[in-house]
Amino acid sequence: MEDGIVLTMRGICKSFPGVKALNNVDFTLRKGEIHALMGENGAGKSTLIKVLTGVSDYIKDEGSIRIEGIEGEAKIHSPQQAQEVGISTVYQEITLCPNLTVAENMFIGRTRGPLVHKKDYEKRATEILRDLGIPARASQELSRCSLAVQQMVAIARAVDMKCKVLILDEPTSSLDDKEVERLFELMRDLKKKGVGIIFVTHFLEQVYAVSDRITVLRNGELVGEYLVENLPQVELVAKMMGKSLDDLAELERIGQKSGAGEEVVYEAEDISSSECRPFDFSIRAGEVNGFTGLLGSGRSESVRAIFGADRVTGGKVKVKGKPVHITKPHDAMKNGIGYLPEDRKRDGIIADLSVRENIILALQVIKGMNRPISRAKAEAFADEYVKALDIKTASLDTPVGSLSGGNQQKVILARWLLTHPQYLILDEPTRGIDVGTKTEIQKLVLKLAEEGMSITFISSEIEEMLRTCSRLIVMRDRKIVGELTGDDLTQVQVMKTIAGGEQ
Amino acid sequence: MNKKKNAASGLRQLLIPLIALGILIVFNLIRDVSFFSVEMRVNNSGNVVLAGNLISIIDTASELAIIAMGMTLVTAACGGQDISVGAVGAISGAVLVKVLQAMGGITALSVVAAFAAATAVTILFKLFNGTLVAVFRIQPMIATLILFSCGRSIAYWINGSATPQLTSPIIDSIGKTIPGIPVPTPVFAVLLVALLLVLIFKFTSLRLYTQSVGINQGAARLNGVNPTVVKLISFVILGVCVSVAALIGVSRLGQLNHKTLLVDIEMDAILAVAIGGNSLAGGKFKLIGSVMGAYIIQMLTTTLYAMNVNPVNIKAYKAIVIIIIVVAGSPVIKNALTSLFKKRRPAKAQTEGVS
Amino acid sequence: MAKNKSPLTRTREPLSNTQMLMFISIGIFAAMYLAAIIFMDSGFEKPQMFFDLLNDNAALIIISCALTIVMITGGINISAGGVISLTAMACALFLNNNGIGSSPLSIFLTLLLALGIGLGFGVLQGFLVSYLEIQPFIVTLAGMFLARGLTTILSRDPVKVTHEGFLQLVQTKLKINWLGYTAPNGALIPAKVEIGAIVAVGVVVLMALMLRFARFGRNVYAVGGNRQSALMLGINVKRTVFWAYVISGLLCGLAGFVFLIHKPAGNASVAMRSEMDAIAASIIGGTLLSGGVGNVVGTFFGAMILATIQKIIALSPLNASWWQDMANGAMLSFFILLQSVVLMRRNKKKDTKNDKNKDIAKERGAEIT
Repeated sequence: MEDGIVLTMRGICKSFPGVKALNNVDFTLRKGEIHALMGENGAGKSTLIKVLTGVSDYIKDEGSIRIEGIEGEAKIHSPQQAQEVGISTVYQEITLCPNLTVAENMFIGRTRGPLVHKKDYEKRATEILRDLGIPARASQELSRCSLAVQQMVAIARAVDMKCKVLILDEPTSSLDDKEVERLFELMRDLKKKGVGIIFVTHFLEQVYAVSDRITVLRNGELVGEYLVENLPQVELVAKMMGKSLDDLAELERIGQKSGAGEEVVYEAEDISSSECRPFDFSIRAGEVNGFTGLLGSGRSESVRAIFGADRVTGGKVKVKGKPVHITKPHDAMKNGIGYLPEDRKRDGIIADLSVRENIILALQVIKGMNRPISRAKAEAFADEYVKALDIKTASLDTPVGSLSGGNQQKVILARWLLTHPQYLILDEPTRGIDVGTKTEIQKLVLKLAEEGMSITFISSEIEEMLRTCSRLIVMRDRKIVGELTGDDLTQVQVMKTIAGGEQ
Repeated sequence: MNKKKNAASGLRQLLIPLIALGILIVFNLIRDVSFFSVEMRVNNSGNVVLAGNLISIIDTASELAIIAMGMTLVTAACGGQDISVGAVGAISGAVLVKVLQAMGGITALSVVAAFAAATAVTILFKLFNGTLVAVFRIQPMIATLILFSCGRSIAYWINGSATPQLTSPIIDSIGKTIPGIPVPTPVFAVLLVALLLVLIFKFTSLRLYTQSVGINQGAARLNGVNPTVVKLISFVILGVCVSVAALIGVSRLGQLNHKTLLVDIEMDAILAVAIGGNSLAGGKFKLIGSVMGAYIIQMLTTTLYAMNVNPVNIKAYKAIVIIIIVVAGSPVIKNALTSLFKKRRPAKAQTEGVS
Repeated sequence: MAKNKSPLTRTREPLSNTQMLMFISIGIFAAMYLAAIIFMDSGFEKPQMFFDLLNDNAALIIISCALTIVMITGGINISAGGVISLTAMACALFLNNNGIGSSPLSIFLTLLLALGIGLGFGVLQGFLVSYLEIQPFIVTLAGMFLARGLTTILSRDPVKVTHEGFLQLVQTKLKINWLGYTAPNGALIPAKVEIGAIVAVGVVVLMALMLRFARFGRNVYAVGGNRQSALMLGINVKRTVFWAYVISGLLCGLAGFVFLIHKPAGNASVAMRSEMDAIAASIIGGTLLSGGVGNVVGTFFGAMILATIQKIIALSPLNASWWQDMANGAMLSFFILLQSVVLMRRNKKKDTKNDKNKDIAKERGAEIT
């Protein structure tokens, strides 16, 4: 093995029934570098990571993996073996046990010997937590920590393992800016200590903030390996998508936010739920507005209150001027409101059901249990939207869970578009999906608004919201702290409003 | 194309029960062809009826098949099983007999009234289970453990320790055969319940709702489905099934014994659901699979009887066959078989993926 | 909830769900026992009554532990009662017919036989559940059928143990003088504890220590808490589940032996549905069927609660088996609802706790800057 290289993967192939997920992929990780692994959804990033970490069902078909300090090929057939050869991983989903303490979560599965030494664990864990500035107690049950803290604990565990290779698979999606910055500091520290870091993320800015090198995958094949300074952001996107940037440019052009109509479609006064404080809100026909603010600012909770997703505790609501009671999702749906939830896997898809059933679900519920949509009609509906939204699926009977993230998101969009809502709430429709689909969805939002639909659009990426929304409601600490329209819709102004009184 | 694929995937779920049934049939063909002989016979009450092992299998398995259908729905919606069906069946039987006795003679009208009352009471008990499961979010097995442990005592409390006899041609017609019709009546009851469920699925979207709730309750709720209602409906349907089964069980013997009526049927019903290829964790389901499971279990028992296995020892042999069936249907074995199959015909797998 | 506010817990961690549910069941056991002492004139104030509860329910306590460990992994084992009857029957036949005579060796071999049967069931069920991924309910249901069927194949009639050495063992009791009482005639009657009771308490202590301090024990909790995460954390999930079933099976075999010490006869109909009592004991003791939560100390008190109800009813004018069932049902309903309410309220509180975490985060942030 060459000097300074900790990991080489050569000619990795992995097939699933009907799909070649990885085809002859090479990957090289050097000592003390942060190496971004980029690609659209379905490009094979996750598969490559899972092959490397020995997740069952993801054992490679062909190719070789070599790790510094290990003679011959590394055998990685389980996460345990991966840990043993010095690979530790932080996944996007929290992969810790909620019923154990923070300290136990940091040390379980790593120790030898028949006994656990709780006190030792807690002492060491406390030190690590303090070093990393993680606000959790070692003896605390993990389920009592916030998601962000849980993610930090997962990172702390990985960091403490004295690994040669650290894999961070979308670790930042549940962290706020401050926490992301802290994570970056940590990554740079580890880099100095000679750890090789594989960093997977959808946030391009983050790649350029910390990475040294980028490997791009597309359709399960290697596109190339580049030094960051040699690959401008635009070119990176082009390489990931395999086409020019015309699409994005086009979006910038059509992004002239269409003016809202006169008619107020939805109006709420003092609406509140078990999760959010009372607020006023209204939206007009053909308007695209957005809720923005940091994670946990209450933006998602607010739209959930509008849809009746949480227990509604008060407020007067009018839809097209008529007073209505919306206390549960069904009420909102009957009043022509649709809601694409933030967490696609947990709240959106019914994974084992087919694409067809997932698409017609909301319409069926609105029609009522006693008036089932016939098979033929359901197929026609599903077919129409699969074509219209360009959903890539083997058939209408394919379980939706086996589609890629972006296509799953489109299925949920199709589900709501089929109900022809007058007001559609999209909470993070672009999270965790590839750049191409992100653009498509933004375009779709603008087109729907032009046709007269009212839309609330929420995204963690402020550029996306500035591109699509004509009005931004800014939240902080579960309160609305400002509303921006027209010329105020700039990144600077949004930041200032979010920062608000703290200046 | 789509329909073909769908049929194929449906068949795949039924593959194990079909094979099991096939093996049982072939085994019996080799062992003794006369196992399958069906003849016309005059029974004790002078009716001409069909007789033979096959008839006895589909007759005896009726209660099990009916309850297995209800169990399938509860399993699909709640991701757990109701272990109180036997005990609640005893309560249902007790109410049935109590009302019949209170009404004096056994007439068609009094039987209908008693059955209605028994069904109402059964549904009430099932709603108690259902409320614990749907509202208080208690695991079905735990929630139904309560009635499992005290249901038969409630039945005893309703009717005392006696085993009341019911002698009437009407009861015989329900439990055995209707004069002039050679097929046992319970078989028609199975068909009736099955037909009812098929119609419900045809004219409502209950199947979609049930599967959605079983797979992802949170997402179903955000799409306007009320998981509580769906789960309660599944328990109500199971209640009706239990009540029908209890009616058959009581009529078959012409007496009520709260200790033995539908005894241990909960375990067989859950087995039937599992043998039918349904996941016990809920979600997608196939009723026909569970019904097949019920008949497989009964055929196995009858086969063992025919082989002169001592009735008290049957459980051991049954256990071995069950283990073989579930091992054959286990995901690990299935995957191993499919990958073996795919490796042999890689070309075909590729084209399938493209289409 | 009141416990949460006590100064003891303020300085330490708040009670985990496991501990919370366990303390509730201990509290209720104490209250029930106290009530029986005060309101019933049936000898509950004598320590012997407590030991009798242990003596009579030793096997139940052991299989309850067997259930608890698999329930923590998120599984179930309903073959427990069947294995007791099979083990008791096999051991009774072996003792009567082994031809070694009444030497201690033959008793030792019998114990090995009991453990061997339990081990066999444990290994088979563990393999099917963990490595072939078959649903535990079905696997252990088949196990129950198998055990019951094998019992009747061994013998359909009850088999009384005639082995003298073993019968001596049955009579062997630990006598504790200072916990005894003075009979009306003035003679001191010491408290008697059977071997089975000692074994049962030993099992509870060992299991509690293992689940708390052994790596394997913590792995069991991890697997039950979140299987996928446990796998990602580098725990060999399949092996952990396998061993949980093996231990469960072993305990069932041991329970069969203890059962035979208490009632020296094999009988096909013994311990019918005792697995359901064991499940009830685990639940009352704070084990959740969904996995990840539970401990054997709670289970012990769960079993003792069931035993106490049984005793109270047996000694009251209401002595009837159906009162027994009804009381069990009512008790179970009460505990299930109580747990459900407690857990729901705690989960709701958790959301606000998350906020508090954020506040802490802010405070710390301020400290750092």
